[in-house]
Amino acid sequence: MSIRLIAIALCFFGGVSLVQAADKPTDPQIAHIAYTAGVIDIEVAKLAIEKSKNQAVIDFAQTMVRDHEAVNVQALDLVKKLNVTPEDNDTSKALSQAATEERTKLAKLDGAAFDKAYVENEVAYHKQVNGALETLLIPSASNAELKSLLETGLKLFQGHQQHAEHVAAELK
Amino acid sequence: MVSGRYFWMLVATSLVLAAVPARSETIQVTISKLVFSPAAIHAKVGDMVEWINKDSLVHTATVRDGWEVMIPAKKEGTLILREAGEFEYYCRFHPNMKGSIAVTAP
Repeated sequence: MSIRLIAIALCFFGGVSLVQAADKPTDPQIAHIAYTAGVIDIEVAKLAIEKSKNQAVIDFAQTMVRDHEAVNVQALDLVKKLNVTPEDNDTSKALSQAATEERTKLAKLDGAAFDKAYVENEVAYHKQVNGALETLLIPSASNAELKSLLETGLKLFQGHQQHAEHVAAELK
Repeated sequence: MVSGRYFWMLVATSLVLAAVPARSETIQVTISKLVFSPAAIHAKVGDMVEWINKDSLVHTATVRDGWEVMIPAKKEGTLILREAGEFEYYCRFHPNMKGSIAVTAP
């Protein structure tokens, strides 16, 4: 995925927070970013399940759908419980835009070229999201339950990144 | 005071109990936040392992080229141990999750 856009959006947040701590993302924004990041990975994984003929790639993509759907259900349950409405924001928008571009690019590829591009994108995407969780989203979350869900998510997504790296190495 | 007759009856009962093979047990392994706990367990052939999944994620307990138990989110998965040996297992969906079972003859 073109990670630059996300990086810009995150730098924007980071830059602003240096000036004024109050400008770090709020819990409704964090919930929106986390949910959006999950949806993006589910959509691209569904494309991989449809297009790939490689069992390791398909297995990985199925895990992405299963896990990210489960985490997003938990996230929705939590925002409902906390009576929080997820709030759209620049980071979510940048993530969605970058994801649409990446999916368009991937949709044009086939066979081994698709597998390689998908899995490498998954490595980069999880690395990026994990970085954002560690340095921005988790430290900014004020609700303890939201923070805890993000922390469990980070552990899970670090595993996904390793899993993607493993599949990427197998494809070489 | 226990009379001689009763004493021998107690001894006999104890001997009978000792002769009966130990009953099979259920050993529980909890899964929470992508960790099997306890990670290493000891069991006998005939014992049952019950994995209790507290995560909202589906997990498996999988032995490479061997058995596999599906453990649905927030549910349990069970396995009756049929053979002795050292079994290293992992979660096929989350390969960082690892555990082991040392199974001895009954």
